[in-house]
Amino acid sequence: MEDSVSTQPSKDTEAGKLERWASIISGGALVLGGLQQRSLRGILMAAAGGSLAYQGVQKKSTIKQVGEAVGIEKAILVEKTVTINRPASELYSFWRQFDNLPKFMRHVKSVQVQDAQHSHWVANAPLDQSIEWDAVIVDDQPDRLIAWTSTDDAEVNHSGFVRFQPATGNRGTEVKVVMEYELPGGAMAAAIAKLFGEEPEQQIGDDLSRFKQLMETGEIATTEGQPKGA
Amino acid sequence: MKAVCWHGTHDVRVDTVPDPTILNPRDAIIKITSTAICGSDLHLYDGFIPTMQSGDILGHEFMGEVVETGPGVTNLKQGDRVVVPFTISCGSCFFCNQDLWSLCDNSNPNAWMAEKFYGHSPAGLFGYSHLMGGYAGGQAEYVRVPFADVGPLKVPDGLTDEQVLFLTDIFPTGYMAAENCDIQPGDTVAVWGCGPVGQFAIRSAFMLGAERVIAIDRVPERLALAQAGGAEILNYEEIDPGEALKEMTGGRGPDSCIDSVGMEAHGTGPMALYDTVKQAVRLESDRPQVLRQAIAACRKGGKVSVPGVYGGFIDKMPMGAFVNKGLTMRSGQTHVHKYLKPLLERVQKGEIDPSFVITHRLPLEEAPRAYKIFRDKEDNCIKVVLKPFSTAA
Repeated sequence: MEDSVSTQPSKDTEAGKLERWASIISGGALVLGGLQQRSLRGILMAAAGGSLAYQGVQKKSTIKQVGEAVGIEKAILVEKTVTINRPASELYSFWRQFDNLPKFMRHVKSVQVQDAQHSHWVANAPLDQSIEWDAVIVDDQPDRLIAWTSTDDAEVNHSGFVRFQPATGNRGTEVKVVMEYELPGGAMAAAIAKLFGEEPEQQIGDDLSRFKQLMETGEIATTEGQPKGA
Repeated sequence: MKAVCWHGTHDVRVDTVPDPTILNPRDAIIKITSTAICGSDLHLYDGFIPTMQSGDILGHEFMGEVVETGPGVTNLKQGDRVVVPFTISCGSCFFCNQDLWSLCDNSNPNAWMAEKFYGHSPAGLFGYSHLMGGYAGGQAEYVRVPFADVGPLKVPDGLTDEQVLFLTDIFPTGYMAAENCDIQPGDTVAVWGCGPVGQFAIRSAFMLGAERVIAIDRVPERLALAQAGGAEILNYEEIDPGEALKEMTGGRGPDSCIDSVGMEAHGTGPMALYDTVKQAVRLESDRPQVLRQAIAACRKGGKVSVPGVYGGFIDKMPMGAFVNKGLTMRSGQTHVHKYLKPLLERVQKGEIDPSFVITHRLPLEEAPRAYKIFRDKEDNCIKVVLKPFSTAA
């Protein structure tokens, strides 16, 4: 029998995680892991430092605080990387126009760009419903990184970043996406969880495959609509 | 249109299905003039390839006439006569750029499935399970060809369908198998399996400079065809190929060994029985009898080349022999695009007439019977060509 006592994460570990995140975003460390407990949004905010366009992000909603207190908060946090045989500048430019995202992100119905920083996202939900939220870009480094997060009054806490880094030996660009949907509970959480199913990594992985196909071949491979025997 | 559809193990039917349409800008629609049944189709027929669905259209060796092109296809026009590689390749990813066309990153819409099985996904293939893309195949009157600006090769006038049809798969597959042996002057190459791929491997090995080729099978007419191609032959039901190969090569063993049998190998002895039983109860997905023999027989430092199809896992892999004899193994689905032009040239120059493997020419409607006789090697069947528009053929 194991008799060791589980310890609360210390302030030091939290700081360590923060550093690791900052280094992932800036391109140092390559793989995240064991970071599921900390919200990506908080990290993005902290890592991006004082240069944020968005106010009031420190404020936690009541429901979230309750969720944290009783330990029901779960998040869908996914990291996926793909190598694309195109220059970073081209990939960055395509992604930076957020209204391009629904072309390859299957769960996103539309993204309406409102201004240089703000956008309105609509995601598909079960039973022909949709979920909507506003997002703001919190870090934007041309040809390198785009980070975004939902606004504080949004019903959905969604954050993500995409990082573009040249692969070794002229083998294109490594595109890393980290996305998170926080699930504070309730109907919205259930809808989002259902949307991603059992394997959110696979869905984001498929999104990235489609992004790669679009960028490398100009189209997305499909068999939808082909004939089949009865 | 009429199409050969898979409905389950040993159940293929000619169904009437909707005609294919252009789905992507780089698609073309081909009216099929000739289409063949491949030995690898028998793995589907026998139910050993996962992720088949009832109604899937079979066939990956086909050629015909361009009837329609998407806006992204400018190198083909209506009426062009083309052969189509069985591998679907985008032409612009890292692997296509490296001439590793069957490893294309972008042509498998079900890449996630293949990634679960294999870690990474190979290229999409026509008519070869959803794991490999789920593309409708070409044992049909018409077929949709994705990335048609990259794959199809126009065929010069003066060559018949039968002379060029096998550029789509089995000729390049046999050729790549021989190329993977890195044949040096004086080499002896042993080829297990004298089906169509084995036959092309034998002839390709000679083209690439092999001094001797030893062919191993048990079907008399296949051994005879191998012999006609210049090979010495061994019937493994009459003689243990391992010992015979050693004797025939002065005790050294063949310099390279080609397994053109794959996952449904037959054999003799307890190990063959072990595989048959394990495969039957799905404890082993593939029966690697030939691969084991090839590793055991191959000379020290030799090459083992595997064009035969394996889908999953094998047992009792003689890794000790492989390591301690310092062998090299090479494999892969064929990079057809790489071989199309050079092999067409060999056909044009008369170095080979690939039609030598054909034993049966049948209308498409007879596909169910064709699968059966091909599988059971009835009626001396080695290779079947189906004609979808047989009155015009």
